[in-house]
Amino acid sequence: MNNMANTIRLGCGAGFSSDRLGPAIDLAQRGRLDYLVFECIGERTMAFGHRDRMLDGSRGYNPQLRARMRGVLAHCHANGTKIVTNMGVANPRAAALLVVEIARELGLSGLKVACVEGDDVTHLISSDTAFMDHPGTVGDVGLRMVGANVYLGVEALLPALQAGADVVIAGRIADPALFLSPLVHRFGWALDDWTALGRGTLVGHLMECGMQITGGYFADPGFKDVPRLADCGFPIAEVSADGGFVITKLDDTGGCVTPATVKEQLLYEVHDPSSYLTPDVTANFSGVAIAEAGRDRVRVTGAGGQARPEQLKVTIGFDGGFLGEGGVSYAGPNARARAELAAEVVKERLTRINQLGGDLRIDLIGLNSLHQTAEVPASDSADVRLHVALRSTDRDDIDTMLWEVESLLCCGPAGGGGYRGQVTPCVVTHSCLIDRDLAKPTFEMFVA
Amino acid sequence: MSPKRIHDIAHARAGDKGNTSNVSVWVYDPKDYPLLKRELTAERVKNAFPKLFTGSVTRYEMDALHGLNFVMLDALEGGVNTSLNLDSHGKSFSYLILGLPIES
Repeated sequence: MNNMANTIRLGCGAGFSSDRLGPAIDLAQRGRLDYLVFECIGERTMAFGHRDRMLDGSRGYNPQLRARMRGVLAHCHANGTKIVTNMGVANPRAAALLVVEIARELGLSGLKVACVEGDDVTHLISSDTAFMDHPGTVGDVGLRMVGANVYLGVEALLPALQAGADVVIAGRIADPALFLSPLVHRFGWALDDWTALGRGTLVGHLMECGMQITGGYFADPGFKDVPRLADCGFPIAEVSADGGFVITKLDDTGGCVTPATVKEQLLYEVHDPSSYLTPDVTANFSGVAIAEAGRDRVRVTGAGGQARPEQLKVTIGFDGGFLGEGGVSYAGPNARARAELAAEVVKERLTRINQLGGDLRIDLIGLNSLHQTAEVPASDSADVRLHVALRSTDRDDIDTMLWEVESLLCCGPAGGGGYRGQVTPCVVTHSCLIDRDLAKPTFEMFVA
Repeated sequence: MSPKRIHDIAHARAGDKGNTSNVSVWVYDPKDYPLLKRELTAERVKNAFPKLFTGSVTRYEMDALHGLNFVMLDALEGGVNTSLNLDSHGKSFSYLILGLPIES
């Protein structure tokens, strides 16, 4: 526990679902943190949570929850560090019960674990619900809805913190609110103090992607070099009661915190910098100032805020069937021509002969794949991989596609090798808005 | 030596929300900021990749921090859970923009 009463130390132990564990344990052990936050939901991983829960009603929470809690729980307990996380994903209750079980295994009897629910608003969605991001309604999609989650804010987490929870585990919480909530709780900020909430939201926004502010996702050799990237540390925010803060990391970890790493994260997934919408505030990052305050220490000031929006965003997931992906590689002389021929053969086999439906895409990795739609001219390469992707609600079509790609090994151009194929269940997502008073978050405390 | 590509003077990061992509671009040296602003207009970004950036492109200016933020609607081939692009987040759009030549 940090002893400076007017400063709170927040750490980020995960910035996405599959983030590293070791640096989170470092923070739990040596970060002198008041709170350790794990942010583990994106649009993709929220969909995966629904998919997992569809397959097994006792799942649907973050797949790394057990490993993470086994790694940090005892350290956090010993150091007086509380944990806030959205690792409940599509099943916070099952996640909270698992944390209680792990706490008991570790001998941490009396540990208080709060499960926050109410983000699942499936019951509020009908076939007439209109989307916010494109024309049409839920009924127009023509796919079965698997779940709908509203982005909740500080008001969902605050009661659990006030009740003395050691671990707060929720589902779809707006990412910055995971960090803002402890600040509101400890500093006693009013829920209409828009300036304070705007500043605290910037803390959360900068911290929520973990290493993306400490040198991860930044290195570009010869242009932006990052020391000891393999040992990169997770970030720490030292926040004052006025909402000013310093971003830093543990001294002995790799990576770096510089004005440039902070700038890149400042506008990550931000549209209008003067109007960053969250359930808690319309934050304003347009006047932010960034200053070096020592080695791997950057001071951030100047965020503001205005009244929160009256409506909340909801992500709706639909059963999208299956995504099949298969590939074969070609290398050496004339590899490009052989791979291009393979692509033509596959396309003809799938569309003319097998007449498959669904969404099909064929890429040549090494020539032009990620930027094919952008029509960037293909680079030449003597190492090219055919990559075929098909999404369909018909599993048989997926299997036919994979069979056709694998058949290239004997039936396609010369020298093809290294077939791999995989099928993953697929969830398609769209967004809508609901009036904020329709969201009714609740919490329940479990004691280990 | 005069810079040849945006990548020579600036760094960038891409983000996604639904079918909307944003790329923030920051100069290494503040003296290059006027050049960046001149070169990288919203029209330039839109016109460079019309088949990809099918919706509007808006540019926000962060003059005090020497950076620009581009917001591209309908740019992600449907979005992360719909696109069949291997990079369904559009994470590599940062380097798509950094690869543009400096023309003046």
